[in-house]
Amino acid sequence: MLANTEKNVKFIQGNQACVEAALAAGVCFYAGYPITPSSEIAEILSERLPRIGGKFLQMEDEIASMGAILGASLTGLKAMTATSGPGFSLKQELIGFACLCEIQCVIVNVQRGGPSTGLPTSPAQGDVMQARWGTHGDHPIIVLCPSSVREMYDLTVYAINLSESLRNPVILLSDEIVAHMYEKIELPEARDLKLLERPRPRKDPGEKYLPYYTSHPAEVPRIANFGEGFRFNVTGLIHDTDGFPTNSPEKTEALLSRLHKKIDSRLEEICLVEAEEMEDASIVLCSYGATARSCACAVKEARRRGIKAGLLTLKTLWPFGDFIFERLNPRVKTVIVCEMNLGQIVREVERASRGRFEVSGINISRGTLITPEEIIKKIEGLIRN
Amino acid sequence: MKALSEIKQYLRLDKFPHIWCSGCGHGIILQSFIRAVLDLEVDRDKLVVVSGIGCSSRAVGYLDFDTLHTAHGRSVAFATGIKMAKPEFTVVALVGDGDVSAIGGNHLIHAARRNIDITVVVFNNYNYGMTGGQNSPTTPIDDCTSTTQYGNMEKPFDICVLAEAAGATYVSRSTTYHAVGLPKLIADGIAHHGFSLIEVITGCPTYYGRMNKMDNGVKMLEWQRDHAINLKQYQTLSEEEKKGKFVIGLIHLAEETEYTDEYLKIIKKAQSPTS
Repeated sequence: MLANTEKNVKFIQGNQACVEAALAAGVCFYAGYPITPSSEIAEILSERLPRIGGKFLQMEDEIASMGAILGASLTGLKAMTATSGPGFSLKQELIGFACLCEIQCVIVNVQRGGPSTGLPTSPAQGDVMQARWGTHGDHPIIVLCPSSVREMYDLTVYAINLSESLRNPVILLSDEIVAHMYEKIELPEARDLKLLERPRPRKDPGEKYLPYYTSHPAEVPRIANFGEGFRFNVTGLIHDTDGFPTNSPEKTEALLSRLHKKIDSRLEEICLVEAEEMEDASIVLCSYGATARSCACAVKEARRRGIKAGLLTLKTLWPFGDFIFERLNPRVKTVIVCEMNLGQIVREVERASRGRFEVSGINISRGTLITPEEIIKKIEGLIRN
Repeated sequence: MKALSEIKQYLRLDKFPHIWCSGCGHGIILQSFIRAVLDLEVDRDKLVVVSGIGCSSRAVGYLDFDTLHTAHGRSVAFATGIKMAKPEFTVVALVGDGDVSAIGGNHLIHAARRNIDITVVVFNNYNYGMTGGQNSPTTPIDDCTSTTQYGNMEKPFDICVLAEAAGATYVSRSTTYHAVGLPKLIADGIAHHGFSLIEVITGCPTYYGRMNKMDNGVKMLEWQRDHAINLKQYQTLSEEEKKGKFVIGLIHLAEETEYTDEYLKIIKKAQSPTS
């Protein structure tokens, strides 16, 4: 590792940037299970966490890792885990538990080729829909997607902040390229980071306490930590505001609606997008993760060839920012979605377009990055037709 | 023996009546657990009780502590996270036989292997009561359940032997018939510094009992009385006489290094200037 300590400039891989961010943002509990291509996160944290008095656990399986971080989070610690495709599949049930029980946690999924064991050391973006719908039942989720080492840092901090402040699991959906790519980045000073904390009960222990009560549907409930004397119940059954099971249709509806409003009411705050060369663009590339880097290169080349190309890089995949596409300049005639899968976000963009512009896709799943040349070829093909 | 009024202060009485069937033994275990907590004078605000899914797991809803009703089989994994995060807490998992030895079997053996200071109380009623009485990994051979209608052909797990072999340092067994001695066995498990498991044989007259000629709670308690035996008596029996009998009381006790203590040593090592 090359480091210039004065300016805090480092030449590191995405997985290490994730660790640096997690530690800077106050994560002090990690539980995981070894899996390529996410293992560096566990390896580095196993060295770093004990140094600050934090806890690192290598559990017996992916499910146990998820259970352990949720247990730790309920005691008030900022907790995270990291995994990849098959491990992400195994974690799904307890991700749903965290959504329903409103337990803060960050799950890093470094995507690799699938399905099944697939291509363990190759990149892919095939888990976009799984990140949204992998756990059963209607549930809200936040999924962030970094396209550079610096973004792996920034979005890890953002994931922790969103999870803590909204009491919702947040998935950092990286990919093998971003995770293993080395880039020079200047790390921010930890003290300069704006950190959000979990909403705390306003009452003292002993008073009548309703952990899941909110005065407004969009509000985040003020749930205590275990061990503070509130003596409350957490259950994966549908529960009332007191935290105990209920079968009431009205209370079920109220809970599920509140969980969704918690996220949906903050849509524009949660949805991050980066626009490049969009002022006069008529043909727009839309991408995320490592693929966005090829797109940036392709936009430059297209401009050099006189094509008015622009780029939208989505940093937040879920909730999906329909408003981004509703507000596109009417000059935009075509949006080409580039992703290393056989068609996941492209359908969301088609839905959000509502006929205002043409939607096309470059959807390739073969274990390698989509190249700028392939994108240019697609752009020129569309222009010719 | 503590008075009932003392037990009530640890119950969430507004959550009663409980969901358990008439004749079910789970209430006896619940009461024994509270008696153990009372006898030990555990700080009730630093006690977290975790459960999985099944009839047994609903016990946490009636207990006035911090309580966590998790997913099927996962209580020990959650408990591990809580204990690792806060070693000063007392962490207890109330689990069922299917919950902890089938779907959650991996978490059980690895928590035992680590010898982490959590206490697991197994409500073993030989079947999955909540879902309609299917066979579990502890259903005895030849017994009928709703998914072994011609008799169970699978050799059952002995959960105590399993826990001991995996590394648990306190293992004991009792039944709901032996209710008077049960609080002491649970209290010893909680007081023990390491991984503790207490298996309690309990009756499910609604399913397992009804399908095996024990269709009420009394018949199930009588069966427990007639089949449980202490270790000394057991050792005097011939191999033929031992068949169908099971040992109750303390089964295994050992002193080994405890996981969260060992992790504190790792922290010290990592923080030492020479590391």
